[in-house]
Amino acid sequence: MSGMTHKLSAARLNRLFLAGELSAVEIAESALSRIAQVEPAVGAFLHVAEEHVIERAKKLDARRKAGDTELGPLAGVPIAVKDNICTCGMPTTCASRILEGYVSPYDATVVERLRASGAMIIGKANMDEFAMGSSGETSAFHVTRNPWDLERVPGGSSSGSAAAVAAGEVPLALGTDTGGSIRQPAAFTGIVGLKPTYGYVSRYGVVAFASSLDQVGPMGRDVEDVARLFEVIAGPDRRDATNAGRTPPALKFGGDPSLTGLRIGVPKEFFGEGIDAGVKARLQEAIAQLAALGAEVEECSLPATEYALHAYYVLALAEASSNLARFDGVRFGYRAAQSGGLNDMYSKTRAEGFGSEVKRRIMLGTYVLSAGHYDAYYRKAQQVRTLVIRDFARAFERYDAVVTPTTPFTAWRIGEKINDPVSMYLGDICTIPVNLAGLPAISVPCGFADGLPVGMQLIGKHFADAQLLQMAWAYQKVTKHHEARPALTEEGGR
Amino acid sequence: MAITREDVKHVARLARLSLTEEEIQAFTEQLSRILEHVACMNRLDVTDVPPTYHAVALQHVLREDKPQPSLERETVLALAPEAEAGCYKVPKITEG
Repeated sequence: MSGMTHKLSAARLNRLFLAGELSAVEIAESALSRIAQVEPAVGAFLHVAEEHVIERAKKLDARRKAGDTELGPLAGVPIAVKDNICTCGMPTTCASRILEGYVSPYDATVVERLRASGAMIIGKANMDEFAMGSSGETSAFHVTRNPWDLERVPGGSSSGSAAAVAAGEVPLALGTDTGGSIRQPAAFTGIVGLKPTYGYVSRYGVVAFASSLDQVGPMGRDVEDVARLFEVIAGPDRRDATNAGRTPPALKFGGDPSLTGLRIGVPKEFFGEGIDAGVKARLQEAIAQLAALGAEVEECSLPATEYALHAYYVLALAEASSNLARFDGVRFGYRAAQSGGLNDMYSKTRAEGFGSEVKRRIMLGTYVLSAGHYDAYYRKAQQVRTLVIRDFARAFERYDAVVTPTTPFTAWRIGEKINDPVSMYLGDICTIPVNLAGLPAISVPCGFADGLPVGMQLIGKHFADAQLLQMAWAYQKVTKHHEARPALTEEGGR
Repeated sequence: MAITREDVKHVARLARLSLTEEEIQAFTEQLSRILEHVACMNRLDVTDVPPTYHAVALQHVLREDKPQPSLERETVLALAPEAEAGCYKVPKITEG
């Protein structure tokens, strides 16, 4: 039965389940068998919830047989959840030793919504520790490999979510995006990933990295599936004080793909120095395709882009150093063995529990917030953030969307950048401005450079997520790049 | 902006992180390099630019101050490394 889940979309699985042509147990077993087959090579999961998913599938089958007509848009669909999202009854570790063995006593709002939609949570996806990294390599437990080339990283920090979808282990996954952590791994693994508008999706029960930037979002193999998952997770939640209280419009896809009447800006700052020639070529083809679909495309400028990365690192790390103060060995997680007092316990617990990238970021964040440095770094970065927002506001007076590469280069080799934080951070230049401005953006596959997937990023206005999905759908409809699949062998290797 | 070993040790104390000698050495170099990079922001004149703390404008909403159900104390304390008599247990808090 292996192969069902890696060939069928979430929409199709849901339809077949509701029609009684496939049972939820058959679907769950098929996904588990695909996972058993490819996991040794890919390593996308930190935890596979075999018993849970079969139990869940049996209940769904019973409800369907009893004539339940409210089974939901994800009924019968297996899904992976990034391990920084709280799931009752399953571990939530953020791929960190400091949370090893932690089982959340409650569900994140997005997980509650998944369960209500009939989805079957099949496991927790690997990630960079506390979502800090762009390659998946900072996970305290194991690296995840790119299904397109097992010697390469899948991107990060939603490394496991992206790899699980690309390797056909699940049709859909939840990721989180603070500076590109959904879009960059989506681009590196040839799938679709949406970073929703800040405030559209509840952050309740999502372990905070940088609270003013974090957003949960859907990852899948095509735009329709991603839209389906977005509709399930987005919406009001009074438990998240930064939730916008908005419900997205119902999405429908169909008819002739067309972008007639839309204006799209191409910011020149994203196509200059540092962009790989192959990536640039694919983007130029993609932009020509957008024009062929009827969009009016022209060059524009977002001049503060150059400084966005600097502002991002100051702000994200300042917020992270404050958010991660809660991991202190008192209420949950790891506590170091020691004989000293409370401060000694804190310092040793954190030293032993956090990995080096997390420590580096806590150190930087603490430094920029410490007495005497606040104005030079933190306040300055918040001012630069205003400039980034103004750039986009100006562009959106004229354009409906802005198009850029998702990343300046394709997936790098495992180990290549891990000891060079500045070079790794530079790879996030295309995605970071979007988080600073709280905008929605989607990464869509737009072909290959030297055999590795390339992603196109479309950035939209606040709460224009549905419009972005429509545009991405039109592009996907005429290009079919998203239909390419990595040639993992029966043994799970290439 | 060069960072000294003393700066790193001071910040580590603030962040409650005990660092090894190798980590102090590595962070001294890496933090200097990253901050040097970040200092590019100084090329921008932002004198009259207001800071943005949140990208999406939101208003504080007040709700009624009514008790809501929450997690059971036992469930939550069971997650702690050490608990006793319905409380979290920590090492001595005065150090002398």
